[in-house]
Parts: sequence; structure tokens; C-alpha cells
Amino acid sequence: MTALATFALNKRFGGIAATQDVSLAIAEGARHALIGPNGAGKTTLINLLTGVLPLSGGRIELQGKDITALAPHQRVRRGLVRTFQINQLFAQLTPLESVALAASESHRLGARAWPRLGASAVVRDEAADILERFRLADVMSRPTAELPYGKRRLLEVAIAIACRPRVLLLDEPVAGVPEGERREILDTLAALPADVTVLLIEHDMDLVFSFASRISVMVGGALFAEGTGTEIAADPRVRAVYLGEGNHG
Amino acid sequence: MKASARAALQAASRWRALEFAFWLVPVAAYFLFPRHYLLLNEMAIFALFALSLDLILGYAGIISLGHAAFFGFGAYAAALFAKHIHPDPLLGLAATAAGAALFGLVSSVLILRGTDLTRLMVTLGIALITYEVAAKMAWLTGGTDGLQGVAVGPILGRFEFDMSGRTAYLYSLATLFVLFLVARRVVHSPFGMGLKAIRDNRLRAAAIGIPVNRRLAAVNTLAATMAGMAGALLSQSTSFASLDVLAFHRSAEALLVLVIGGTGWLYGGPIGAVVFTLLHDRLAALTPQYWQFWVGAILAGLVLIGRERLRLIVRPWRWFARGDAVRKGGA
Repeated sequence: MTALATFALNKRFGGIAATQDVSLAIAEGARHALIGPNGAGKTTLINLLTGVLPLSGGRIELQGKDITALAPHQRVRRGLVRTFQINQLFAQLTPLESVALAASESHRLGARAWPRLGASAVVRDEAADILERFRLADVMSRPTAELPYGKRRLLEVAIAIACRPRVLLLDEPVAGVPEGERREILDTLAALPADVTVLLIEHDMDLVFSFASRISVMVGGALFAEGTGTEIAADPRVRAVYLGEGNHG
Repeated sequence: MKASARAALQAASRWRALEFAFWLVPVAAYFLFPRHYLLLNEMAIFALFALSLDLILGYAGIISLGHAAFFGFGAYAAALFAKHIHPDPLLGLAATAAGAALFGLVSSVLILRGTDLTRLMVTLGIALITYEVAAKMAWLTGGTDGLQGVAVGPILGRFEFDMSGRTAYLYSLATLFVLFLVARRVVHSPFGMGLKAIRDNRLRAAAIGIPVNRRLAAVNTLAATMAGMAGALLSQSTSFASLDVLAFHRSAEALLVLVIGGTGWLYGGPIGAVVFTLLHDRLAALTPQYWQFWVGAILAGLVLIGRERLRLIVRPWRWFARGDAVRKGGA
């Protein structure tokens, strides 16, 4: 079954075609990577998928259902969750509050205005569990704005996990994270349940090839090639436009 | 870990000793200043009005220059209700709350779009329009003469509004306290945390599934309801409503009060209202003509010194904060 599919997605900014006829199908439970040079339109594609930007044309299906007309928060409620390339956090909330809030929303308890946040044991325990997995337990009660960058990057992903995604879009999750701290994020991503579908945008080729079983290459707003890691690494056209000469594969 | 997460979430909403102490002050004032009930009543009403503004400004991050529209609407609604429908004040308060809620809900449509600057203009516009409508509808509101002949009955059929303002003060204080409790529950709920999330980062709030517009409409409705009730307290306790309740200076003063008391911790409105009302009262007694000059000078001084530096002297807005932030005094 297809978890996420797009049909001839188009996005124009004025006269510039940022996305051109992108038709992509990602299988349920896949570990799919999207690569491409800077400015290829990868983040724009994520913004189209999540509804942050309106489409100029095309259609999006999530688990077989058309979500093209849905607002961003409605797509999240159906299980399409993303992280951001540049941290988008709640500066004055603590990690515990941020994660518990996301968990509350995913259980449809976010509109409750009378009981306290964390009154639900399910939400509380999920939040505690996620904070522990992301090694944020020791800083969980500090305002997010005061956390070091590495911790904030972990929180960026932790909040998305608390939304209980069916399809998770990761926009350069380890961008700016020092080599030594990447392990925590990578381990958690590797430990995601097998039925969660992941689309990863990443520049770190080692990460892409170790994580993804399928890779799509985007160039100039259009899909350029798709295949397994070995196929992509061996594709001379891909090597020419993107991978450079003989660094990989 | 689960236990500590639970404890941390509970601690965030627990009542602190200083909060109990805070609420003992207006009770003590009742016994200590029996000749100043009118002033105390004014403070309680202003505290409620500023508290309602704090809900949208401090928690949801929506800046408004027209909050007096709801206050004035409530004042006229309660006065008209007492005059034409029923003199019972509690019934009037409930009816006013319902009307102000509807007004708030409808006006939400206008504040959802645009940036802070456009919202500033739009909210100012709503207040100006409301003022002009009230001035034009003289057959209903009394126009520039104000609404005369309002007779408010005794509370619960027993407690008459008296000349000293004793009943009025207790009525306003009780209403303030009840609505404060409501606001306190709401800001610590998932809904309240969602508002802070929207204030901090609207993009991410939507990306965790929060229906941003619906939540903002809900909090605007709640804030309008509370502001309307504050207006009702004023017209019920003075048996009068005039265009002054809709004037621009009311919206501006509510913002000033939050500048003095701080936003986003619920006590900023009440503390700021007390400070502002006292300043107003004392300065007006000293220099009846120029008190506004001194209020302005003091506010300018406050901004120049900066809250950060004042915090080193005294930090009331951090007294109730959690964890290590409770440290007082300092350098």
C-alpha cells in the first residue's frame, strides 16, 4: 500500500517553477530519502506536502485519501508530521510542556480547557518516554530558549514523534548537529516502529545510504531519478549532477 | 522518569504560598480601608479588565488596542438590561457575559488575519466603530449624556448597592476572584498551553496539529466575555453608563497596566491595576490638572530603567515562577 503519493505536483513562485510535475509514491513503512543539490526544491516539496504552501497544481494522497484541500493541522491529525530544517520550537515552553502538548493534540485532548496539561496518564507517560529516548529528561523543566543547540535539535524531532506520525517528513534532522551528538538522533530514527513511513531529506550521504532503502533525486524542481541506494550510487547521471566524482559507491 | 514528569507537570499549576498571600490583600483592604470602597471597587474592575487583556496578549500573543470595545459593550449591556429587562445584577451579569461572548466570537474573524500591525489597526477600528455606534444610537444609549435612570436591584435580593461602595466592592472582588480561578485553570490546561505554543511559534503550532484560528477565536471570545463582565460590574455599581466606557484611553490604560505588571503570568493585570489606580488617585489629588503628565513621566521612567534592572531590585512577577527562578533580590 502507498503511504504517501503525489500526482503531478506543481508550484510556481511568479515565473519560477519551484516544483515541476512531481509524482512520487512512497510505500507504507518505507525508509525513503530525497536528495538533491541546494535549491533543488526539496523543502518546497515538504511545504507543499504539509500544506504550508498552496499548490499551483496537482494532488496529494495520504494512505489512499485525498488530502489536497486539507489545512496543515488537519493533515497532522491524519498522521502526516514533519520536522523543520531550521528549528521551529516553543521558546518559552519547557521540553516537557512542548512534548506533552504535542501528545495531547495527537490524542485529541488539546482543546480541553479545564483539566491541567498532563492530567491524562497516557499523554504524561508518552511524553516521559519520548523525553527519555531523546535524552532530554535532565533538561525537561528548563525553558527551551535556554537549551544548547544539540538539545534543541533533539527536541525538534522529539516533538514530531510525540505527534504519533504515520508518515514522518524529516527535513535535514541532523543539520548543524556536531558529529558526536548525531548518534542520539540517528538511533531514535532507526528505532522508529516499522510501520511508520519516513521521508528523509539529507545532505549527509553516509546517513542517506545507511538509512534509506529507496532514494529519489530532485534537480531543478523535478524528480530526476529514483531507485535503491546501489542504483542511485551507480547512476552516472546522478553522479554527474549531484554526487560529484567517485566520492561514494 | 514517569513520576518526575508527572510531578513537574503538576508543580506548574500548583498554588504557591505567595498567591494565597496575594489574595489576602484585597480582603485585608476591606477591613483596613472602609472609607475607600469606591476606589477599591475601581481597582477590582480594572484588574478584571486587564486580566482579560492578558489572556489574549500575554498568552496568545495577540496585541489589541481596542479591548475597551468589549468593556464598553458590557457596561451598556448590563445597564440596558437593568433598565429594560430585569434589575437583578447577577442575571444582568450572566446576560452581559453571553452578549459579550457573541461579540467576541464575531470580532474574532477580524483578528485572525494579518500581522501585529494590521491587528493593532483592526482592533483600534473595532473600538472606534463601537464608540461611534453608541454615540449615534442616542435613543438607546443616551448618546453623549450617558444612560440615565438605571436602577440595579439588590444582589441575591438582599444586598443593596450602597453609597459607600461596600456591596459593590465585595461584588466586584468576588467576580474577579471567580473569573481569575477560571483563567488560571484555562492557562494551565492543554488549551492554554496550546495558546502559548501559538504565541511562541504559530508555524510549529499548526505543525503539531493545533487548529490555530479556532483556538484564537476561542480565547478572543473568552477575553471578550471577561472584559464585558468587567464593564457590567462598573455600570451596575455606578448605575450609569457613558461613552467614557468605550473611550480609547481605556484600551490604552489596560495595555499600560500590563506594561507595569507584566504579561503572561495572570497577576500582571491585578498588580498593574492596583499600581495604576493608586498612581492615578494620588497624583490627581496632588495635581488635579497635570496628573497625566506624571503618570506619563513615571511610565517613561519605568521603560528607561527597564524591567530587567527593576527585577534586580524587586521581582514580583517571578515570585510565583517555578524552579530556580524563585530566587529573589540579587545583585
